[in-house]
Amino acid sequence: MTGMSARVVIPGVLRDLAGGAHELTVDLTEPVSLGEVLDGAFEPWPILNSRIRDERGDIRRHVNVFVDGADAKRAQGVQTPVGPASTVHVINAVSGG
Amino acid sequence: MTETIVGIGTRKGLWLARSTDRVSWQLEGPHFLMSEVLSLLFDTRAGRNRLLVGFRSSHWGPSLQHSDDLGRTWVEHPEGSIRFPEDTDTALKATWQLVADPHDDQVVWAGTEPQGLWRSEDAGETFTLNRGLWDHPHRPEWGEGAGGGAIHTVLPSPVDRQSMLVAMSTGGVYNTRDGGTSWNPGNKGIHAYFMPHDEWPEFGQCVHKVARDPEVPSRLYCQNHRGVYRSEDDGVTWQSIEEGLPTNFGMTVVAHPRRGETLWLVPITSDYQHVPPDAQLQVQRSDDGGRTWRTQANGLPHTWTNVLRDAACTDGDPDEPGLYVGTRNGEVYASTDGGESFSLLATQLPDVYCVRALTVA
Repeated sequence: MTGMSARVVIPGVLRDLAGGAHELTVDLTEPVSLGEVLDGAFEPWPILNSRIRDERGDIRRHVNVFVDGADAKRAQGVQTPVGPASTVHVINAVSGG
Repeated sequence: MTETIVGIGTRKGLWLARSTDRVSWQLEGPHFLMSEVLSLLFDTRAGRNRLLVGFRSSHWGPSLQHSDDLGRTWVEHPEGSIRFPEDTDTALKATWQLVADPHDDQVVWAGTEPQGLWRSEDAGETFTLNRGLWDHPHRPEWGEGAGGGAIHTVLPSPVDRQSMLVAMSTGGVYNTRDGGTSWNPGNKGIHAYFMPHDEWPEFGQCVHKVARDPEVPSRLYCQNHRGVYRSEDDGVTWQSIEEGLPTNFGMTVVAHPRRGETLWLVPITSDYQHVPPDAQLQVQRSDDGGRTWRTQANGLPHTWTNVLRDAACTDGDPDEPGLYVGTRNGEVYASTDGGESFSLLATQLPDVYCVRALTVA
């Protein structure tokens, strides 16, 4: 199977923590869990990781992550499968005041 | 020329107010806009010029950062300064207290939510969890006040490096005499009216803030959830000193930095009316360790706001220490005469969560 890359799209407000990148890519040959994709994408950017996940690896309460348009929190959370051509959107939740 | 810098942590960021006369102030900020700034420490030990800030974003979680140039640049540890060890299966919610150790100029203490005590040996860049307190058998019974379950008060003894007091609400006071290996509750005499079966329990009190007397280190003052107390035995037993006060409720207590038995409270009407008595913002000052009190309100407004547990402090002025109080409606008042009169330092800020002051000679 030819390797492909899953894309992880970073919210604009956090892009400085990814060296200015709009998105990060993770090379995959087969589906893996969302947690593994985020591990790979954020490995060079630990502060970015801490904004999105706590030290247990859980996605923060007011951060939403969509895998190919589906809310991962309503699927299998960090166990949600991510395919080699998937797009992962990290989005700050509509909340606060 | 002496300069005073007041750090103002608010619900939506940090401001720094600077003055050379403590009358006119220049306000800088915000830093960390839209983050709740919950704890501050100015650390000038060992030649440092460090400001440590604990804050949290409702979206992006907690963070601890420091600046060695008073806010021009900020440094965040890549792995996070405070991370719960994996075996605790716990995530940090917030850092509510940052305190410089009085014995070792590289050591900083942090109190967190959930209830953790942390020690840094590199001036606040990385911290280690105190396991003695974390593993305390009382932990499952500690509760959460409105501000969350946190170690909100950390008072290392200035005379005994093995001794320290911490406080939490609810849970109350805990003391160590062996450098943090073991901890014992120190709540004898503190009322817990809300406990249905035992109003004088060993622990479980809703202690809001504790301050240490500067001349007699074993003397402490406590603002409790309904009740004001003094301890003469380093936080083991407590005696009521609420007689003469307009109310026994409040969030904070501040001790004079040098003069013994001089302290201030900021009274709140009651636990179900979080407004000042008669809607008059005021401090209550005692010059005799809480035996008598007097009202100081000159320059403070008629208002329906209140003052939170870390939103009052003194500075290090060598002649007359300044007293600062910040309100939930975004105002900070300064007094340079021990509370006899106050002037407005800042207004129209977000809710003030904490204030800390630095005096630079």
